[in-house]
Amino acid sequence: MIIEWLPALASGLLLSLQIAGMALLIGVPLGLVFASLVMSRWKAVRIAAIIVVEIGRGAPALVVLQLVYYGLPSAGITFDSMTSAWVALSLTTAAFTSEILRAGIQSVHVGQPEAAHALGFTALDSFWFIVLPQAMRIALPPLLGFAIQIFQATSLAFTIAVPELLSRAYSIGSSSFRYLEVLAVAGLLYAVISIPIGWFVARLEKRLSAHLA
Amino acid sequence: MDGFLAILVGVPLTLYIAASSFLIGAVVAVPLVLALRSKVTVLRVIVRGLVDLLRGVPIVVWLFILYYGISIGTFRFDSVSAAIVGLGLIAAAYLAEVYRGAILSIPEGQWEASNALGFSRVSTFSLIIAPQALRVALPSATTFGIALLKDSSIASVIGVTEIVFLTQAEARSNQSGLEMYIIAAVVYIALSFPLGLLSRWLDARFRKAVVA
Repeated sequence: MIIEWLPALASGLLLSLQIAGMALLIGVPLGLVFASLVMSRWKAVRIAAIIVVEIGRGAPALVVLQLVYYGLPSAGITFDSMTSAWVALSLTTAAFTSEILRAGIQSVHVGQPEAAHALGFTALDSFWFIVLPQAMRIALPPLLGFAIQIFQATSLAFTIAVPELLSRAYSIGSSSFRYLEVLAVAGLLYAVISIPIGWFVARLEKRLSAHLA
Repeated sequence: MDGFLAILVGVPLTLYIAASSFLIGAVVAVPLVLALRSKVTVLRVIVRGLVDLLRGVPIVVWLFILYYGISIGTFRFDSVSAAIVGLGLIAAAYLAEVYRGAILSIPEGQWEASNALGFSRVSTFSLIIAPQALRVALPSATTFGIALLKDSSIASVIGVTEIVFLTQAEARSNQSGLEMYIIAAVVYIALSFPLGLLSRWLDARFRKAVVA
């Protein structure tokens, strides 16, 4: 029976991975934009950016997801379920990764951009070529850790009728009444992606912080 | 206004689920972290696998397994128990990692000094290491509590009538679904705000006093 289920579950998993990939591809660059706004010289910009980020981090991903799918139509904006899923998860990703990236950027010693300035780098070049590469080293483990979280969060798209992995498992369960078996298989499919990335993150953390020990 | 009040009705259940599962997690995490630090390889490997599995499978999948998948004789979980048990076990796995990090942050020299003073391994751990580790763990545990509060929203999927469940119902019957979901978001942020302040205060008060 597991063999019969596998094609449906595999195509669900593919959709889950696709949603997570989209959310990261859009969310992380957007997070970088938020991070730079939070560190802006202008107070009004800074405060506005902090408010947006804190709302994005404070509201449960499930609420953001349903807000986009069930809430926005009442304001005249209608997305299909797949679009709602990646729009909502991109926003959540941007809010969370902006704080990770900000911490990474601020951990780069202030002498670095100062030295770059003295060498004639423009502010943008010094940020792009000097600060950001070093910041990314610090930010990489927590970013990957967050990627696992967002991959797991794609299962919430079940509630807005995206035919991802959990939806597939649930519909097989409700037609065969073998909920436990099919949910266990789906759970394992999530786990075989999440757990190895988790191990990799732990190893990376150890290696990148080796000089601190 | 009516919608706002209807959503507020879900707050006690949200808090109840979050608090109960946090409590279960905080207690169950203790034997888990002891097993993770055990010298018995088999025990360590099994518990490591269990913790990774709990964290590697999405919460909603665990809740579905408990709610739809488990039926032993006539026993079935009702939706609130399934939510509390599921979130409690997941919390235990995450908090075991928090405790483990806290224990590792206590300098090795304390173990050595206690050993030199004739403390056994067990009394060193329970009298010297654990009280300090608990203080280090408190801020991260509180931050995890905020995450758990937000994750309790997932219980709506198995029919628990907490904040998001009631928001859905309001959004369906109301003209402005958007407004209802914004209210729900604001309620969650308002509930996590005091926890965030607590976490920051604990961090300043305890962690720095122990480690720095």
